[in-house]
Amino acid sequence: MSDPILSIDALTIDLPAGADRPHAVEDVSFDLSKGEILCVVGESGSGKSMTANALMGLLPDGVTVGRGRAVFDGTDVLPLSEVRKQALRGARIGMIFQEPMTALNPLMRIGDQIAEVFAAHKLHSKSERRARALALVKEVGLPDPEKIIRAYPFQLSGGQRQRAMIAMALALEPEILIADEPTTALDVTTQAQILRLILALREKHGMAVMFITHDFGVVAEIADRVIVMRHGRIVEAGLAQQVLETPQHSYTRALLDAIPTGRVPDLQVITAAPALEIRNLNKIYRTGGGVFRPAREVRAVNDVTLTIAKGEVLGLVGESGSGKSTLGRAVVRLVTPDSGQVLVGGVDLAALDAKALRQQRHRVQMVFQDPYASLNPRHRILRSLSDGPIAKGVPKRQAHTRARELLDIVGLGADAATRFPHEFSGGQRQRIGIARALAMDPELIIADEAVSALDVSIQAQVLALLADLRRKMGLSILFITHDLRVAAQVCDRIAVMQYGRLVEVGPVREVFHAPQQPYTRELLAAVPGAGWAVAPEAVSA
Amino acid sequence: MSLLTTIFGRLIKAVLTLLAIAVLNFFLIHAAPGDPAAVIAGEAGAADPLFIAQLRERFGLDQPLYVQLWSYVKNVLTLDLGYSFRQGMPVYDLIADRLPATLLLTLSSFVISLSLGIAFGVAAAARVGKASDSILTTIALLFYATPLYWAALMAVLVFSVQLGWLPGFGYETVGSGYSGLQRTWDILQHLILPALTLGLFFMAVYMRMTRASMLEVSQMDFVKTARAKGLSGAVIRRRHILRNALLPVVTLAGLQAGQLIGGAVLTETVFAWPGIGRLMFESLEARDYNTILGVFLVSAAMVILFNILTDIVYRLVDPRIGAKS
Repeated sequence: MSDPILSIDALTIDLPAGADRPHAVEDVSFDLSKGEILCVVGESGSGKSMTANALMGLLPDGVTVGRGRAVFDGTDVLPLSEVRKQALRGARIGMIFQEPMTALNPLMRIGDQIAEVFAAHKLHSKSERRARALALVKEVGLPDPEKIIRAYPFQLSGGQRQRAMIAMALALEPEILIADEPTTALDVTTQAQILRLILALREKHGMAVMFITHDFGVVAEIADRVIVMRHGRIVEAGLAQQVLETPQHSYTRALLDAIPTGRVPDLQVITAAPALEIRNLNKIYRTGGGVFRPAREVRAVNDVTLTIAKGEVLGLVGESGSGKSTLGRAVVRLVTPDSGQVLVGGVDLAALDAKALRQQRHRVQMVFQDPYASLNPRHRILRSLSDGPIAKGVPKRQAHTRARELLDIVGLGADAATRFPHEFSGGQRQRIGIARALAMDPELIIADEAVSALDVSIQAQVLALLADLRRKMGLSILFITHDLRVAAQVCDRIAVMQYGRLVEVGPVREVFHAPQQPYTRELLAAVPGAGWAVAPEAVSA
Repeated sequence: MSLLTTIFGRLIKAVLTLLAIAVLNFFLIHAAPGDPAAVIAGEAGAADPLFIAQLRERFGLDQPLYVQLWSYVKNVLTLDLGYSFRQGMPVYDLIADRLPATLLLTLSSFVISLSLGIAFGVAAAARVGKASDSILTTIALLFYATPLYWAALMAVLVFSVQLGWLPGFGYETVGSGYSGLQRTWDILQHLILPALTLGLFFMAVYMRMTRASMLEVSQMDFVKTARAKGLSGAVIRRRHILRNALLPVVTLAGLQAGQLIGGAVLTETVFAWPGIGRLMFESLEARDYNTILGVFLVSAAMVILFNILTDIVYRLVDPRIGAKS
């Protein structure tokens, strides 16, 4: 390995007074060599993004570099003036961010946003900038480059926007590319493409990549070296293979253990009566249309027939736009299907009118993705948990007692009842979300990406809770997720959706080890670190 | 949908809306007690029932209401606004005569409030939390809370009566015989006080909105992207933050623009500005039905027109609108 291009020495970043800890990052030192991909891994709040922001001079207001040096090409970049930092940013250190949906200016054409990088550093003529933007758009593999540079961000998909972001970051061939969770918001297949793109660009331009992620699968896929951070400190650093295979620190081991490994449970024979029967369900979304042109139709759910037995957990997997969420929403009748039946305990929810529906709603309950947005911030937890049962006709006192019991069952303790949602962490709120669903004594629970927004270790705890509850209470669950490894861990059977259709349904073991359909195989192959995660299982099996 | 089809659709709706407004106005006016005949007769000092009946017959007020409505709607459809018996002129001429003064006043106050409001808003946002931000915000709050007529009277008292810098009333110096450049300069001097006074409130609103919107947008992800590109603070503010921050301001500007004709009654009265607002006020007192209806109709048309213009501007500024459907 050649000399380090970037050398960070004893970096400490101070948080403003009153934060939950004095330093965002404490005494962090590492080197980055030319052409190397260094993954910085950690959960939220570990300080991994702060380190990158400090390098770029993009720390939030009130957060300051306390001590330490970051020597880039012989100069400590931390104390540089704003003007000199501007000269570095974009030109010698490029950066891409997590949210492709919001990281581009919605009112500016893609081409202009790329060309702006040259303008910022006063390079090239106007026409030359345009030509180079076009070349960059080609290089990052965007289709129809001429059209793309004239397009606005809203006309591009998430993966395409992330490619456009990468084009901007690459415009001036920086020596270092900082990628802050660039694939976290993307589908697995898109994620796999972006990771391949980054690897290819590293080969071609020889830039060093500092890749921030929370996903060890991604690490296995692209990292040369790994740094594991926790509470602002580096707990472990080393070659990727070393850290993945023989982790030294207990926290790294815990993180690795928490990852749903794709270890496939044995098939449980479930013969009980069905909890949910979906028959020939259709939902078509029509957009636009009018006097002057025909409406555009999207078949979000296309003739889906599916059964969940009592006590069974069925995983519904697919990429965004596959219709999995629409299917879930149709089962709770948050959307009304165009045709077909949704039978829960013999009642066809799809056919009920508004009044009858209100009386039957309790049969199916939902746990939502975003634990922050799905609880009313002005209601105490007790009210969030008991409003539903009271509306159903349960006496108030009984509903309150049950709510406290449930909080105990999900591991929060009955005291949580009198508190407000903002007093809880994301994982705790998701436990509340589960308790709220249980409060209605549902016959079926729909968990729509219920653990997707959580850190791996929290995710593992919530999954364990679900597994535990399921054993004790015999829950039937429709578990909607984009994460195949999570699905493999908690589900009995898997249903794969694509373009509104069910592509494949079967026991987890069969779908994972002997997928029948090409799309399922493609999906499985795209899981980052697929080889690494499944390999140990294959050996032991 | 293309821009043209949108505009076409909106225009059809606009005509229908305007007709509905005309009919509503007609009934509203006739619901008020008294009629022009009674007022004219009263002013002439002759409350002779026969004279009043004669006047009514001449104005067509003796006809049943539905006949009057029908003839009014027919006239409106042929763009004939009727005749003002009070002023002895066609209403169309009356309005055309007063319109330039009003538009001059309201448009200049519109431009002043919008440009100054945005400029101060940007300045305050750039200095958020500092003393200059607090000073700007406080002044804006003061303008926001000051009643228009009071501000107008104070402006006249201070700048016209006490200091004698600017003329306090009228459109131009009566009987001066100015022409050309000299006249323009004269009108401009007369314009300053009423235009500023009228613009104060909206200037404050624009400033507060621009400031809040700038601060909100500057927290967004794409601003961080812009910084990561190495752009300077000034360029980021102008090209990335301001453009996005102006979207809500456009909505509000459209609302203000709709009031360009009817919104200056108070100002025109205080400053003796010979505009539509005063015409409307005088006509109301005189129960000059045709003139009032004419003014109402033109104001309504203006509101609708500026709503359509706002939508067009919106689509030009924000590519997402219109493309979604």
